[in-house]
Amino acid sequence: MTWSEMRPLLEQACGDTLYMVGWSTLIAVVGGLPLGILLVLTDRGGLLQNVLANKVVGQVVNVARSMPFIILMVALMGFTRAVIGTTIGREAAIVPLAIGAIPFFARLVETAVREVDHGLVEAVQAMGGNTWTVVRRVLVPESLPSLISSATTTVVALIGYSAMAGTVGAGGLGDIAIRYGYQRFETGLMWITVAILAVVISVIQFAGDLAARRLHRRGGGSGAGPALRLPKARPEETAATEEPAAANVGKVV
Amino acid sequence: MITTSGLTKVYRSRGREVTALDGVDLHVREGEVYGVIGRSGAGKSSLIRCVNLLERPTAGTVTVAGQDLTALAGHGPRAGRELRRARSRIGMVFQHFNLLSTRTVQDNVELPLEILGTSGGERSRKALELLDLVGLSDKAKAYPAQLSGGQKQRVGIARALAGDPKVLLCDEATSALDPETTRSILQLLRDLNRQLGLTVLLITHEMDVVKSICDSAALMENGRIVESGTVSELLATPGSELAAALFPVGGDVSGDDRTVIDVTFHGDAAARPVISQLSRTYNIDISILGAAMDTVGGRQVGRMRIELPGGYEENVVPVGFLREQGLQIDVVERADHESVLVKDGAK
Repeated sequence: MTWSEMRPLLEQACGDTLYMVGWSTLIAVVGGLPLGILLVLTDRGGLLQNVLANKVVGQVVNVARSMPFIILMVALMGFTRAVIGTTIGREAAIVPLAIGAIPFFARLVETAVREVDHGLVEAVQAMGGNTWTVVRRVLVPESLPSLISSATTTVVALIGYSAMAGTVGAGGLGDIAIRYGYQRFETGLMWITVAILAVVISVIQFAGDLAARRLHRRGGGSGAGPALRLPKARPEETAATEEPAAANVGKVV
Repeated sequence: MITTSGLTKVYRSRGREVTALDGVDLHVREGEVYGVIGRSGAGKSSLIRCVNLLERPTAGTVTVAGQDLTALAGHGPRAGRELRRARSRIGMVFQHFNLLSTRTVQDNVELPLEILGTSGGERSRKALELLDLVGLSDKAKAYPAQLSGGQKQRVGIARALAGDPKVLLCDEATSALDPETTRSILQLLRDLNRQLGLTVLLITHEMDVVKSICDSAALMENGRIVESGTVSELLATPGSELAAALFPVGGDVSGDDRTVIDVTFHGDAAARPVISQLSRTYNIDISILGAAMDTVGGRQVGRMRIELPGGYEENVVPVGFLREQGLQIDVVERADHESVLVKDGAK
């Protein structure tokens, strides 16, 4: 296969992947954010404590997360047809992708929101704020860096899932790698696809980390940001005194 | 200004019941600084959280500024509109400041005003005015992480004042600060109390806090208020643990031929130089073993431990003289074991 043959294939596949992942991420965030916050609020000791609702939602999330994506896709075919009108093509793939990603993202949101200091919630309550104020002014803004990291993780997971969307004729980079690379022994094309995926994921991860770190630093959170990698101080430096090492770290940060 | 009656809080977890508050009756007068002191676990935190109903009391009532908050609370776990409005008129300052890290200092102070629905221009005017009041007008655009502990607490105080409260609740407001910063924050609270006529209820485990700014104090143990009153009332109470802790005196009885007495000064007698009068009248040598005195409103308040030569029988007359002066006299027994609280306070 020559480059001129591969190029349109790859361009189409990149477009498909971005389209599917983009929309499903959007839906996952819109659906998963409230769900995750709800999981925290309804938990024991939460602002909207409702142990039964919490258990039910938690269980639904667990079941949805435990399902292999390809099974989920098949299981949702009826629903997909009802929503999109067809079970084939990239639009149809968005439905199971988004539904698979909502509980995934919701769990990550839950973890991120749980990290918010309860004292802040108490402070807003003491000012006369209601639950909505607490969510909007405290829980979401204070956990935003973690939420962005969670969204990044979700995007990367969705790119992985989207490889299987090829089974419903949705295309995408993963599909090219399987159909051409694996099934037709087009090793060259396969490696190019894998390389593109690697680059795309690296870029997304980098952008996500950067955004999270920016926000974290603007907030001036104490210590290092969530994904901040500090260069390790060389042994001889650490041996000398702690002060200069700390000063260096400060500069790098 | 703040009255609680029969306030009881029982926590239930996994079938076990823990009584944090056991029928607490508290009365804080308008315009005073009232300190509740006690060890951790005594129920101080539950008490202050029950005052603005962050914790729902199991029984009893809370009245703040003539409004029965427990009646507003209703039965559900969530705070209704009326209770929230009442809370917005009660400022609260926290031990760990509880500032939003993603907001600037000014935005933190504006937060209560946002909740009250104040317009943008008015919010920033008010926030800057409050920051000026707490001495942080130059830090309006800084983030909390860029501030020192004392500065953060100043922001916390400015934020608590944003809703023009009549009452300020301080939950261990200085416990996370070093001694010097603690003094400056207490000074600020004192100034605000005087300038704005703010009623302050604070809880603390530091005797110094009570000593330096409180008009009245209460001692909590095991969910109950053991002693309470104004500082001079407490001093006048024989055997008051709180008074002993506020004005600790040291020095043990050295021998059988010595009489050691604690003299408590409160009221008019404190203005006269009674000790030197005693010395001259009876021609005895007096050693001062320890003293904790303060001048409040031009009058000396405090306690002094003095030693007189000779056994108690020989000193009946001088002790009688001191009692006649209106002083409270307690004879210290030998090998007197002071309570642990006193030792804590003396540190």
